[in-house]
Amino acid sequence: MFDVEKIRNDFPMIRNHPDIIYFDSAATAYKPQAVIDAVMDFYNYRTVNVHRGDYPLSFEASKLYEDTRTVMKKFINARSEKEIVFTYGATSGLNIVAYSYGHENLKEGDVVLTSYLEHASDILPWFKACEKTGAKIEYVPLTEDGHLTVENFEKAMHDGVKVVALTFVSNVLGYEVPVKEICRIAHSYGAVVAIDGAQAVPHAIVDVQDLDVDFLAFSSHKMCGPSGAGVLYGKYELLEKMDSLLFGGGANARFDKEGNIILKEAPYKFEAGTPNIEGTIGMKAAAEYLMDIGMENIVAYDRELQRYFSEKMQQLDNIDYYNPKADVGLVTFNVKGIFAQDAAAYLAANNIDVRSGNHCAKILWNTIGATETLRASLYLYNTKAEIDRFVEVLKDITLEKCVGVYL
Amino acid sequence: MMDTELKRAILIDHYQKPHNHGLVEDARYAMKHQASSSCIDDIKVQLDIEGDIVKDVRFDGVGCTISTASTSIFSDLIKGKTREEALEMIERYYKLLRGEEDDYEELEEAQAFDTLYAQPNRIKCGLIGVEAMEELIKESYKK
Repeated sequence: MFDVEKIRNDFPMIRNHPDIIYFDSAATAYKPQAVIDAVMDFYNYRTVNVHRGDYPLSFEASKLYEDTRTVMKKFINARSEKEIVFTYGATSGLNIVAYSYGHENLKEGDVVLTSYLEHASDILPWFKACEKTGAKIEYVPLTEDGHLTVENFEKAMHDGVKVVALTFVSNVLGYEVPVKEICRIAHSYGAVVAIDGAQAVPHAIVDVQDLDVDFLAFSSHKMCGPSGAGVLYGKYELLEKMDSLLFGGGANARFDKEGNIILKEAPYKFEAGTPNIEGTIGMKAAAEYLMDIGMENIVAYDRELQRYFSEKMQQLDNIDYYNPKADVGLVTFNVKGIFAQDAAAYLAANNIDVRSGNHCAKILWNTIGATETLRASLYLYNTKAEIDRFVEVLKDITLEKCVGVYL
Repeated sequence: MMDTELKRAILIDHYQKPHNHGLVEDARYAMKHQASSSCIDDIKVQLDIEGDIVKDVRFDGVGCTISTASTSIFSDLIKGKTREEALEMIERYYKLLRGEEDDYEELEEAQAFDTLYAQPNRIKCGLIGVEAMEELIKESYKK
């Protein structure tokens, strides 16, 4: 049984800021006590480096760190721990794919197929890969309301496409992209599919084997874990053939003065330098926390909040609401006649924290017809009562009141 | 301190009906595009400086009430001024945004920003257009 009051109790940020309605979880999520404890446990009892193993504490820290691979494997149903590369977040994972796979495998005239939904971190690395290799970017056309459909994808796909780089869930519109069907079609053309899972993994049941996705990158901090940690999932046969992006200690097996390097096997070859050990261990606690509650319960509650929120928003006549049919608890809108940032300042003055701006998706504006929007994004600790209060404040918003925040 | 209701009226008026709004295609105007200092506000400012006088100011772009109103107010303020007078006025405005005590009478409507210093995350909105004007004036000395 999903008990939101019990869940709220797990989050010190909610206890410490009882007056704040936090609707910005798509930017970063609050952390439960279990995650904080895991990080503190490392600081208080096990602050030593991993993979040295000359003394018991290092063995313990290394075990916790490697146990995280097992938990993350289970979390996304990977085949093996060897397919779980620890990163600093979705951005670094996506850059590894674009550099280590893209730069090596793309050639002049090849196509990277992507969409206008993409966040900067999923598209800028591919722009750079194309600049370097002479490959080019093509976009799958979106429907009028911003959906990426199987039909449009199928039409956009062709033999020249070598990489399909897409987000799983849009961070602006909250629409889910049909990744499973896309993988099936892309693979029939021999293309590789790299997915930005930053928004999807915290809000959906993601099974990489069922999806048959080739790469999936996501961040710990959006799924209640520490920031600066994350996972790049990759099929082992692909990871095996890839060079690393960063070189240094921990990632090589041997090297000599002539410059010959023998890298370790995947995933270790991608993890040069002392990693974010405490962040990674904290991510383990976050994944365990979410699995204990049950991702199916979290998803069901998220959809319930979305439907409730959407109905309320559709009753307001002073707003432009862009995504009433979002697949996750994410509401994107503008208040008529008020610049997004000014409306956000007014909401903030009423203890409601949302994000305003273009949300790093700077090529989407043509589709929704607005360069800046307000985004209210929810997670498992938000409530219908908070949505009610949000809607009440929004009902009475005026430009005069917004400007009043600055006076 | 300026009266709160007066400030509100000034900001809303300049936001809804910005003065000197819309760019011109004229080689006499030098232009600055303020695109990289913030990822939301995107403002272009044009200055026509003839001799030592700021003859005309134009601007366009998207911005919040503060960036739009401050750019609009300053486009009025420095128009017709000598470069030195305009730069002095801009310096004075920066002082106002730092919250320093002084007499800001000559800043006229820009006094509406006399409490902006209390909102550190929004000061850059109040600077975006004015900094473009400052840079354009300073660059004009090099020509």
